[in-house]
Amino acid sequence: MAGSGRNQPVILRNQLDQFMPSITREEVAHLARLARIELTDAELDHLAPQLDQIIALVGQVSQVAADDIPPTSHALPITNVMRPDENVPCLTPEQALAGAPAAEEQRFRVPRILEED
Amino acid sequence: MTVDVLEIGDALAQYDPVMGLEVHVELNTKSKMFCGCPTVFGAPPNTQTCPVCLGLPGALPVVNARAVESAIKIGLALNCEIAEWCRFARKNYFYPDMPKNFQTSQYDEPIAYNGWTEVAVPSGDGGTEFYRIEIERAHMEEDTGKSTHVGGATGRIHGASHSLVDYNRAGIPLIEIVTKTIEVPAEKAAAVARAYVSMLRDLLLALDVSDVRMDQGSLRCDANVSLKPKGSPVLGTRTETKNVNSFRSVERAITYEITRQAAVLSSGGKVVQETRHWHEDTGITTSGREKSDAEDYRYFPEPDLVPVAPSREWVEEIRSSLPEAPSLRRVRLQEAWSFTDLEMRDVVNGNALEPIVKTVELGVTPAAAKKWWLGELARAANESGQDLDALGVGPAEVAEVQKLVDAGSLNDKLARQVFDGLVKGEGTPAEIIEKRGLALVSDDSALIEAIDRAIAANPDVVEKVNSGKPAAAGALIGAVMKDMRGQADAAKVRELLNAKLGI
Amino acid sequence: MTDLTRKTAVELAELMTSGQASSVEITQAHLDRIAAVDGAVQAFLHVDTEGALAQAAEVDRKRGAGEQLGPLAGVPLALKDVLTQEGVPTTAGSKILEGWKPPYDSTVVKRLRSAGIVILGKTNMDEFAMGSSTENSAYFTTHNPWDLGRIPGGSGGGSSAAVAAYEAPLAIGTDTGGSIRQPGAFTGTVGVKPTYGGTSRYGLIALASSLDTPGPCARTTLDTALLHEAIAGYDPMDSTSIKQDVPPVVDAARRADVNGLRIGVVKELGGEGYQPGVEARFHESVELLTKLGAEVVEVSCPHFQYALPAYYLILPSEASSNLAKFDAMRYGLRVGDDGVNSAEKVMSLTREAGFGDEVKRRIMLGTHALSSGYYDAYYGQAQKVRTLIQRDFANAYEQVDVLVSPATPTTAFPIGDRADDPIAMYKNDLCTIPVNLAGNAAASFPCGLADEDDLPVGFHVMAPVMRDDLLYQVGSALEAALAEQWGGVLMAQAPELEVTR
Ligand SMILES: [Mg+2]
Ligand SMILES: [Zn+2]
Repeated sequence: MAGSGRNQPVILRNQLDQFMPSITREEVAHLARLARIELTDAELDHLAPQLDQIIALVGQVSQVAADDIPPTSHALPITNVMRPDENVPCLTPEQALAGAPAAEEQRFRVPRILEED
Repeated sequence: MTVDVLEIGDALAQYDPVMGLEVHVELNTKSKMFCGCPTVFGAPPNTQTCPVCLGLPGALPVVNARAVESAIKIGLALNCEIAEWCRFARKNYFYPDMPKNFQTSQYDEPIAYNGWTEVAVPSGDGGTEFYRIEIERAHMEEDTGKSTHVGGATGRIHGASHSLVDYNRAGIPLIEIVTKTIEVPAEKAAAVARAYVSMLRDLLLALDVSDVRMDQGSLRCDANVSLKPKGSPVLGTRTETKNVNSFRSVERAITYEITRQAAVLSSGGKVVQETRHWHEDTGITTSGREKSDAEDYRYFPEPDLVPVAPSREWVEEIRSSLPEAPSLRRVRLQEAWSFTDLEMRDVVNGNALEPIVKTVELGVTPAAAKKWWLGELARAANESGQDLDALGVGPAEVAEVQKLVDAGSLNDKLARQVFDGLVKGEGTPAEIIEKRGLALVSDDSALIEAIDRAIAANPDVVEKVNSGKPAAAGALIGAVMKDMRGQADAAKVRELLNAKLGI
Repeated sequence: MTDLTRKTAVELAELMTSGQASSVEITQAHLDRIAAVDGAVQAFLHVDTEGALAQAAEVDRKRGAGEQLGPLAGVPLALKDVLTQEGVPTTAGSKILEGWKPPYDSTVVKRLRSAGIVILGKTNMDEFAMGSSTENSAYFTTHNPWDLGRIPGGSGGGSSAAVAAYEAPLAIGTDTGGSIRQPGAFTGTVGVKPTYGGTSRYGLIALASSLDTPGPCARTTLDTALLHEAIAGYDPMDSTSIKQDVPPVVDAARRADVNGLRIGVVKELGGEGYQPGVEARFHESVELLTKLGAEVVEVSCPHFQYALPAYYLILPSEASSNLAKFDAMRYGLRVGDDGVNSAEKVMSLTREAGFGDEVKRRIMLGTHALSSGYYDAYYGQAQKVRTLIQRDFANAYEQVDVLVSPATPTTAFPIGDRADDPIAMYKNDLCTIPVNLAGNAAASFPCGLADEDDLPVGFHVMAPVMRDDLLYQVGSALEAALAEQWGGVLMAQAPELEVTR
């Protein structure tokens, strides 16, 4: 259970803890739904405390005072990489569908879709 | 499913609608947003895919330069600011027609933002009112694949046993144009929305950035609608109606949502925040996905693409290449065509401006072009509940028919029948004339025989003419035309008759 | 004839140019070696016997026809299973991709082909490169040729073990947080992480897009440099590729000269938590470089202590998104499609069945870090730390030409030792991670055996963006000096593997 995370040394705890609780089993279950992974109960029991520990570790980033520091999303400051609007050869439909778990009428066959987007 | 709705009049008496419109435009680039696959509409399934747009493991996107240029064009034409630096982001959610399970889109850094445009709608007294629409943003993103639902009764998703996915459309560049909140007089809301989408269509065509074929889904509109009680400053809960894919349905869907939400609210209920789907056939919206808190797109900057930082030189170069603004162009055309304000207003409201421009370019006089587009075709479109450009009659056909009129092989009355045939899909003008037997009788001897019969049958008229009243001959022309079942050139008849009567 | 598998790539190339051996003979010798020892080492997930021999025959034909060939033409290579090769199974070490044959070549594979390099097969790795031991491979754990009871490092343990076990003279790895350098250190081989954007990621099954870098592995610095040159360079298919000439890595490897070079020892990478034998070999190597004429100073990079936490936010965030495509719709595993289950359910069942524990952990962590309400505190803050680490490097490179540290805090650990302790496993990469966050170039070179366990220690060199040549300059100088001390290369001290058929 998530409780084991509370046994972590205080030094690993980050300042966010004051208002951001460690991750709960329910939150882990919610994340699993978001990430489309059908976790078993046993996995949830196992994963939740592990994630709690890892979150304590990564939470250390909050100890760095960096309010005025710009974030870096890309390793190098490259901009404006574009290609001309030209066609290049496609895969054949046979190649495109070769790896498909199921195909029908030259289309990918997928299970029924519950919700419209 | 039946849903209670209020009468629109009752609804608008109690509530003010607040709207926002999101329009997705497919660009007319040769290749997709992030790969070199073609973008041809209607190609056989999965023939326009590659590792990139199929989302195969390892593949990487590269931005299409023309798509960026088109985005800037659209932004400038909508009076937007163009970002000096912006990024793509990933919008993460799972859906079978989205190959990577994230859409590469723009989030808090759109390429164009803070713009405005103006639309014209008819006022009650025969004039025109202009409304300013504020543009929140225009951003770049990619389209999804297309699912066909199998096994259900109607091809709908509901009740289907499985679906078949074609990824030809996946990765086609889209520009999403988002308005700020539109607040206009309640009774104008739906018409303003329609006029806005119609204006966008004209603008995008003029910019040559999209084919804007609503019937092919290259312009798709989502309408956010909420109601607030008259005089209340509190905004209501909004719904997002998707799949609104013609000008008429923009107006209908918004009207429907207003009446539906008004019914919910006035019976003490609560409007649910949700996505709704517009059904063109039944004219209603139905509930889709509920917009719950679970909706968490986890946007973050797309690490596979580097930032786009359009140089100011490039932006200015694009600006200088833009065609004139539609409102200025309208003034110029009205002058060139010598149309009255009222005539011009009818042309614009009838969505006939672009067709008339093209028809005039083909050598037809503005008056004749207007006569056919507005008098015949717009009327036919209206009667059949279609948009004008979905009728299947183009400027080339109109010019062809007018040429036949000019050559004396058709008169206006016959031309109308040709247009009727065109609308009904009976073939080319020549084929319709042939099939319907519409050609004018040009054989003089047949006309002379008819003239002789008219003279014989109307001795009193002949006498009037002989007694110095040549205007009376008009009655004889009418009789001849009637005899010829209209298939005669009235000018020719007059010429022959005059010769016969010696006037 | 002498054992062809003991030769360096350079020596093999000479044998071929002088007509003493054909590529088919050399390739067959390596295939035989794989058959003999891979049962114990388990470096390969897939051996492409037919494809390799066909490629070799093609190189021999071209050579026979007098065609101009590259310096490594006909030399065999082991390819990490995370790079696509058309028609050859590519799994990224995951069950979710079992049986998938890509319909296209990665850019690295295209370049290997045009260099005439013969691809023997695909090597084992931690699933989707998430790990430091290959224990997270969905198929099996690779064993360290120096001690079969130990892990070979990871995620590219298969590539480095194949090179160390003489199954291939060359290998390709990918480095997101140390996955080339750490296995290099653990197996006594050379592993280089080129500058981010210096080698193309096109066709590399992404772990963390802003960190992943393909790179070369070999037993000598010069072999590594030649392979580096063959695969590096601008690629229009990768938007993050650098449009510049490849740094002169081969010249640098041949020059083997550090006279006058300024070397900075990173203060924060050492001390507590570092194995004494690792520290001893590291400091001896630094001294050796001083003797060779390098100027050595201590340099501080105060934000490196936050590299690990920042890395374990950025990597899982990007990975959670990159791995979303494995959903049972278009390729790979599909579980639970019984005609009743919805697509959503089938996606969830497949991802449950197809992903291993570590992959699930990181996807969940990344999903959490990106979710609304947490983004600024986690992902956003980690990106700021990234900026600070880049600044640390920039400051350091104002004082020195290259930075050095141990490649890993310890030597290779026993199989199973840290298997269910993610944080202990993550700390393996303390020294290698800062470079990935900054996009610099770095390498691990063998610098001796730790006294406690007689296992290889790696010497870590870091160089500024697009100065990959400096790595080879230092590595080759160290290699030459150590070889003089030892009377041969470190690999010569490796125990003989038992040959089974
Ligand atoms: Mg969108
Ligand atoms: Zn494509």
